[in-house]
Amino acid sequence: MSMTMTQKILAAHAGLEQVNPGQLIEAKLDLVLGNDVTTPPAIKVFEETGAADVFDKSKVALVPDHFTPNKDIKSAEHCAMMRTFAKRFDIDNYYEQGEAEMGIEHVVLPENGLVMPGYAIIGADSHTCTYGALGAFATGVGSTDLACAMAAGQTWFRVPEAINFKLSGQLKPGVTGKDLILHIIGMIGVDGALYQSMEFTGSGVANLPMSDRLTICNMAIEAGGKNGIFPVDQITLDYLKVFAPERYERGDYTVFSADEDASYIRTIEIDLASVPLTVAFPHLPENAKAIGTFGRVDIDQVVIGSCTNGRMEDMRLAADYLKGRKVSKGLRLIVIPGSQRVYRECLREGLIEIFVDAGAVVSAPTCGPCLGGHMGILAAGERCVATTNRNFVGRMGHPKSEVYLAGVPVACASAVKGYVAGPDELL
Amino acid sequence: MNAQGKAFKYGANVDTDVIIPARYLNTADPTELAAHCMEDIDKSFVERVKPGDMIVAGPNFGCGSSREHAPVAIKASGVSCVIAPSFARIFYRNAINMGLAIMECPEAAEAINDGDELVVDFDSGVIKNLTSGSSYQAEPFPEFIKKIIEADGLVGYISKK
Repeated sequence: MSMTMTQKILAAHAGLEQVNPGQLIEAKLDLVLGNDVTTPPAIKVFEETGAADVFDKSKVALVPDHFTPNKDIKSAEHCAMMRTFAKRFDIDNYYEQGEAEMGIEHVVLPENGLVMPGYAIIGADSHTCTYGALGAFATGVGSTDLACAMAAGQTWFRVPEAINFKLSGQLKPGVTGKDLILHIIGMIGVDGALYQSMEFTGSGVANLPMSDRLTICNMAIEAGGKNGIFPVDQITLDYLKVFAPERYERGDYTVFSADEDASYIRTIEIDLASVPLTVAFPHLPENAKAIGTFGRVDIDQVVIGSCTNGRMEDMRLAADYLKGRKVSKGLRLIVIPGSQRVYRECLREGLIEIFVDAGAVVSAPTCGPCLGGHMGILAAGERCVATTNRNFVGRMGHPKSEVYLAGVPVACASAVKGYVAGPDELL
Repeated sequence: MNAQGKAFKYGANVDTDVIIPARYLNTADPTELAAHCMEDIDKSFVERVKPGDMIVAGPNFGCGSSREHAPVAIKASGVSCVIAPSFARIFYRNAINMGLAIMECPEAAEAINDGDELVVDFDSGVIKNLTSGSSYQAEPFPEFIKKIIEADGLVGYISKK
């Protein structure tokens, strides 16, 4: 029987010729990830299991990024616990604040060359699905699964069915991968891909740069998906040459592709040129509306950053729109480069100066405001346009605040205008 | 294995951010987490919930963040079971690993009203509504999942083995 790309990766990691949707399998893992929120409970469980060591210290990544730089004493205690654990087991991929490789987990793992095509990856963070952009199988789990995986190097999965998103054409200028994924979630709903893979195929894939693919896969979870995945092509290999040169040279990756007759539970065809600039209204990512189809929504804050849109391409795009402009009087713009590498490159290219001149505050890499942790919490009644991934009740602060999800161009235009706006309004 | 309690009814897509807001994730202590359970959609939940009570909700319960703190908070608040037409997959996995009973049953989730008195039989999958007199059939847990829940979660289950 034929298999999808995800099914092939799972079969290979389970040591099976063939897997079928619904089948429960045990699969070996190439990378296991935790952050400062999910790792402390996992450490407790890890100790309860009685494991003497982690399965492979080079295949565990621990990234303190959610409440860091430590926002309060309790967060500091959690980070200290994680740091002690990382030292005790000599974890290779533990990143301290300020280190060159540090930043938001889903920005730094691909940048540090830890994610390769064909890998099977779990992370105790729901946005672990980001890594499907590189042709890996990657999915989010909880702390207990993280603990058991750190001990055993394997975990169990239910083999998912898949939806085939067959892409053609090219996005219109100013429209980004973020608009595409918000558009898709608007089409299928926040449980539209529940338990399923979202596999992106078709001739349009070649027109999506890696930064867009990472953004798209990042939000597969917002449609309920188990994972999102892109085929491996020249764009993937070019990315690896830059960010994972050693593993690339060693050939430490496997290119899996879906069988031509792979079976999908449904196929959704999308002409990329038809995707509008899209905003997800509160309080669900599925409340997608095209720019121009709603009335004036005044806003108090704009956040540009996060594991969804905190990459170098996002920063360059933001600088393009903000250069020579000022944020609307009274509006707060927070720009968060996703990693120290991105931050340094922003400095080198003069982007930080552009942001500050426009009236933005620029923060150290952190997940902070996205999850209502710190660095930009909203008061009751306040509204924020954010390039983040969730707009649930209370996500960025007070339960009576509102988050509007958008791509970088809409976020910048909104910051300048003071209301939810498309980039055309800047002309 | 049975559970009995009152229903707390909620809508579709109850996400883990409202089950336990991230501003409280600087702790992993079950009692501290339980003190803020459901706070952003139902401020009175914590005061009203009694041991054995059940959450009955719409589709895609537990969507969003992978925080295991969500099923931990629900369980520590005394809830014996969550009934919904469907669960978000990470929550589903976490709930089982934490030993929080969950049942997929669209008919029950739709028909049960807030405050109804319910009895759930985990062996047979039968959900009885003592208030209305109706009963509903959910898929019972497979044996190994029942054992995980009886062992208070995956760690207890593995330790027993």
